[in-house]
Amino acid sequence: MQKLIRIEPSKCIGCKSCEMACSFRHRGEFAPSKSRIINEVFMEEAQFITVTCMQCNEPWCMKACPKGAIEKDMASGIVTVDEMKCVGCRTCVSACPFGMIKYLDETGKADKCNLCGPDFPECVAFCPTHCLQYSEEDLPLREKVLRFARTMKDGQGEV
Amino acid sequence: MGNGWHGKVLRVNLTDKSCTVEPLNMEWAAAFIGGRGLASKYLTSEVDATVDPFSAENKLILATGPLTGTYGAANGRYMVVTKSPLTGTIACSNSGGYFPCELKYAGYDLVIIEGKAESPVYLKIKNGEAELADAGHLWGKTTAETEDAIRAEFHGDAKVACIGPAGESLVHYACIVNDKHRAAGRSGVGAVMGSKNLKAVAVRGTGGVATADNAAFRAAARDTMKMLRQHPVTSEGLPALGTAVLVNIINQSGAMPTRNSQCGTFDKAEDISGERLAQTYLKRNKGCMGCVIACGRVTRLADPRFSGTGEGPEYETLWSLGAACGVSDLAAIVQANYLCDEYGMDTITMGSTVACAMELYERGLLGDAETGMPLKFGDGDAMVKLVEMTGKGEGFGVRAGLGSYRLAESCGAPELSMSVKKQEFPAYDGRAIQGMGLEYATSNRGACHVRGYLVSPEILGVPEKLDPEAVAGKAVWAKAFQDVTAVVDSAGVCLFTTFGIGIPQVTRLFNAATGSGYSDEQMMEIGDRIYTLERLFNLKAGIDPSQDTLPKRILEEPLPDGPMKGAVSHLPEMLAEYYDVRGWEKGIPTAEKVKSLGLA
Repeated sequence: MQKLIRIEPSKCIGCKSCEMACSFRHRGEFAPSKSRIINEVFMEEAQFITVTCMQCNEPWCMKACPKGAIEKDMASGIVTVDEMKCVGCRTCVSACPFGMIKYLDETGKADKCNLCGPDFPECVAFCPTHCLQYSEEDLPLREKVLRFARTMKDGQGEV
Repeated sequence: MGNGWHGKVLRVNLTDKSCTVEPLNMEWAAAFIGGRGLASKYLTSEVDATVDPFSAENKLILATGPLTGTYGAANGRYMVVTKSPLTGTIACSNSGGYFPCELKYAGYDLVIIEGKAESPVYLKIKNGEAELADAGHLWGKTTAETEDAIRAEFHGDAKVACIGPAGESLVHYACIVNDKHRAAGRSGVGAVMGSKNLKAVAVRGTGGVATADNAAFRAAARDTMKMLRQHPVTSEGLPALGTAVLVNIINQSGAMPTRNSQCGTFDKAEDISGERLAQTYLKRNKGCMGCVIACGRVTRLADPRFSGTGEGPEYETLWSLGAACGVSDLAAIVQANYLCDEYGMDTITMGSTVACAMELYERGLLGDAETGMPLKFGDGDAMVKLVEMTGKGEGFGVRAGLGSYRLAESCGAPELSMSVKKQEFPAYDGRAIQGMGLEYATSNRGACHVRGYLVSPEILGVPEKLDPEAVAGKAVWAKAFQDVTAVVDSAGVCLFTTFGIGIPQVTRLFNAATGSGYSDEQMMEIGDRIYTLERLFNLKAGIDPSQDTLPKRILEEPLPDGPMKGAVSHLPEMLAEYYDVRGWEKGIPTAEKVKSLGLA
């Protein structure tokens, strides 16, 4: 079964622990600018939004790579960059419509979220509010559906 | 360098417009950690304690700690250290948000700002590049306007710390606001910045912070976060209602200084409580960078008179602009809180000054001719008006901008200023909580709650319950809390984590980050060293031990109401014990003590 990082923005507190955890794990230092997951704070609207690679079924980055350095593992669903094949041409960076793959100066290669495979995603492990979840089933979606269903239930009078 | 510290100091001379990078004194870093301690060491070494705080000779130091920018214990803090225009003591004010981490990611442990610019400038830092830019077009702008303008012209992702109009006009308690709603609040650090013609510091940092032992640091951080998520204060009280959770708690304890400390309870506390704020203007909870608590309150004001979005008010603000002024109009308090952020003023001193002015007015020591309007306890609109006038430097606001002590003194009644060393005390009555009275009297920056928060044991029962009326033994607690706080403020950790963790966790994080092997006892000794260093500076500045006192009202007028009715502060007894515990002879650190701390 494929798992993904599920994001529930209403639980986010804008602490950027996910960015810190990601960069510490993958770059060996606390450097949010190099994080693969991004936490944006929109104060005026009181919204905190977290975005990361959603491991597309038909990844733009993979299709655009002229060196065949990006692969999607059909069992885990994870889209990875093979650093041995990557030549740092940045074509994938242009291709991804979400900005979720970037070029790293220090490695000269493309860099993106691989869900910390085969380990548990570090950002999820350090999220203090469980705004981030790592799950097979889309739990946050299920919760939203249930919330809506309960509202519907509350609106039902005795028949 | 891969160990928490970068080993770099950015020195900015505003007089000759130079920005130079120099190595951090690592011997001092080992002895004073970073943040508050290290900046105090630099300030006391480089600045004569007797200088005029507004002169070019005073310096302003922005200091991160070795843990700033990492995770584990809400490690998103920095300190601003300078000589205070409000108190004449050393000033050190703490703030969170995102700016502190960005400064660290840009590659600096400390920024030392010296001299004075001829005309308004702001400092631009982009990783290794730092330069001064003209700020003529920003002068007069509010903090939010300044941040937006700088982001537009410098870098969209820049983090900004700046002063508002109050800092420019040298309001003695002007603060430095970062990320629009976070403030290095107390003691007038923003006024020092204004006196130097420095409008803002804008930073873009894309580097990182490395630790000496990544695996050990990660494990220490995991354990720390787990403790914070299990402790009732950091996992329930603060997340649920923010610091405003305290309004009802402190009021029920009879320790809510009401109407300029004339009473110890506020009959309308419910109207300004965290519970009421949650029902009305609260939009959501917010954390600073790396925080697991999220005590921050994003609020949106919808009222026929006011509108806006911001952060807070915090407990201290709900009290100062509320109970202290007898005001129960929550919308007015939230609005005044926003105004303080925009003009860049400390809400505690602002509210206390309004409260003092109200008492002066009601006693006939101030008249309409001077104030330009009636100033009566309970009038929320008058409170908002005076805050605005102070921020704009209009009319009576100019006098209010000097703080309650100078205002009351000019009316011939300095005893009506609820302050110590000319800084107003915060939201706890020293008669109802004996240890807090001692804390106010001995705090190195004038009355303050975040040098040694004895409310924690005396009221909240953390780490153990003490009797708030008891006197014996409070000195030992005061010293311990003051020393722990000095360490926490120096490491770059949020003080609020200390409800759930103690020195052992801070030491563990610090050792893993820096590769040091300090014991808990050594860390506590560093706290003592920092506290004593600050004290020595104050003594040199002419703040003698006779100023370790409390307003006459707290020492002599029994509380007239509430569960602590009849109480006065027993400061003299506690103070004698405190000096003993500190190793201070009549308030002056002995030569032996100074030597043992390595401060000789």
